[in-house]
Amino acid sequence: MPGESDQQARETAEAVARRSYGKLVAFLAARTRDVTAAEDALSDAFAAALVDWPERGIPTSPEAWLMTVARRKLIDAVRRRRSGEGAADHLRLVAEELEAVVASKPQIPDERLSLMFACTHPAIERGIRAPLMLQTILGFDAATIASAFLVSPATMGQRLTRAKNKIRQAGIPFRVPERADLRERLDSVLEAIYAAFAEGWSDPAGTESRRRNLAEEGMWLGRLVTSLLPDEPEALGLLALMLHAEARRAARRNAQGEYVPLAEQDPSAWGTQLIEEAETLLVRASTMGSVGRYQLEAAIQSAHVVRRRTGAADWAAIEQLYDALSAMTGSPVVAINRAIAVAETRGPAAGLATLDALADDARLAEYQPYWAARAGLLARTGEVEGAEQAYQRAIGLESDPTVRRFLEQRCWGLRGSGSA
Amino acid sequence: MQYMLLIYGDEANAATADRATVERISPAYAAYTEAMQKARVMVGGGRLRPTSSATTVRTPDGKPQVLDGPYAETKEQLGGYYIVDVPDLDAAISWAMRCPAASHGAVEVRPIWIA
Repeated sequence: MPGESDQQARETAEAVARRSYGKLVAFLAARTRDVTAAEDALSDAFAAALVDWPERGIPTSPEAWLMTVARRKLIDAVRRRRSGEGAADHLRLVAEELEAVVASKPQIPDERLSLMFACTHPAIERGIRAPLMLQTILGFDAATIASAFLVSPATMGQRLTRAKNKIRQAGIPFRVPERADLRERLDSVLEAIYAAFAEGWSDPAGTESRRRNLAEEGMWLGRLVTSLLPDEPEALGLLALMLHAEARRAARRNAQGEYVPLAEQDPSAWGTQLIEEAETLLVRASTMGSVGRYQLEAAIQSAHVVRRRTGAADWAAIEQLYDALSAMTGSPVVAINRAIAVAETRGPAAGLATLDALADDARLAEYQPYWAARAGLLARTGEVEGAEQAYQRAIGLESDPTVRRFLEQRCWGLRGSGSA
Repeated sequence: MQYMLLIYGDEANAATADRATVERISPAYAAYTEAMQKARVMVGGGRLRPTSSATTVRTPDGKPQVLDGPYAETKEQLGGYYIVDVPDLDAAISWAMRCPAASHGAVEVRPIWIA
């Protein structure tokens, strides 16, 4: 039935698109440095597939078929755009090379890693690296990325176009850096992946599917990097960190949709499989003899989730890990978390003293977790008034309504618990 | 690809630099230039006289204007340039980082528009 094969062709094209979009873009763009042209050529090729396949059947290798058509489209497009620019020789070379590769290899070589390094090159503005990677590797359109990153589609479109022009015009290479630079450059790749994941994970209610997808895509990218660079401990650490966070996604809200802080979450609501996978990755990373930020953060998550077996988080380990992380990053956010750990190992007064040491940092004036942590510790030391004031600051700084309600309840509970 | 490495620095410092500094910097540039030539990446380059020697020309509405001084007053001035021919931006950046000016001024890396 024509309708059925049409449907099937569409599904096959879509399945191929999802699986190999980034691979095909990477392969084409690596040879021309023109990401936009590669994307355009591929979208033309996918459109052609939807016309051709229902009539003539699905080719034996859909990926090779798409590559052949995309290559032709790409060369046409580049010829049109660069005619008179004396690029004929360059074009002929590119065409011949693409031809030779497609003809000689049963599989399109996977150059997505090179594309990721191009997207996160230091010459690319930091804030656009994650969106650029989502678009080129995963084929997200500008509107979808814009809604996840909370900017207008027009702005996101412009910034993506500018970044792709920069890659082409500045001659940013599509290459996995040499060993001497690899770790540093890989940091940028991991940072962009984590930014994508964090955008998705921070969706408070977990109801915005676009943002939730972003967390899944972040993990997918993390898996891709660890499969292509299996011996990089920080890549493993980042994947472990994301899996740990994802494992607790559902537990962050109770049945009524209210916010539940980590310490009060029900361990049976955590995703066991994800946690197990994260632990395995972390153990593997730890044998590679190079500790970094993501491994430490993942290890902190491990020390939290031991509660599912022992009934309590390993606060001594958490404090030590935050010590190491603090020395590495100098981040005030890390220092706050360290103070919370100190409150558990040495009592709330010691935790407060640790927080007090940070009070000079101007950035904390508008950082909600600092005030929430302060309020919690003041409450535990019986300083009700100070706790109320700190809760008010925290409430005023929080944008998520469910977290705001949680903080309000804690604040009201300060006086209630004493008299009840 | 060809890139221009534009060398920026505070020329007031250069003008008042003591002899020792000049004697340190000049050989550094000579060595840098030689290294570029030996690596066969250097297309051209030159050191510019201070902006006090600059003249700026405009012809708005066809009326010629000749003004004393540089195009724009800035804290750091363009003091020289190199043109290199290298495979990609990373190679251009690695040469820019070796430029003596990178340690006390700035080196801007710009691809040259090839028609």
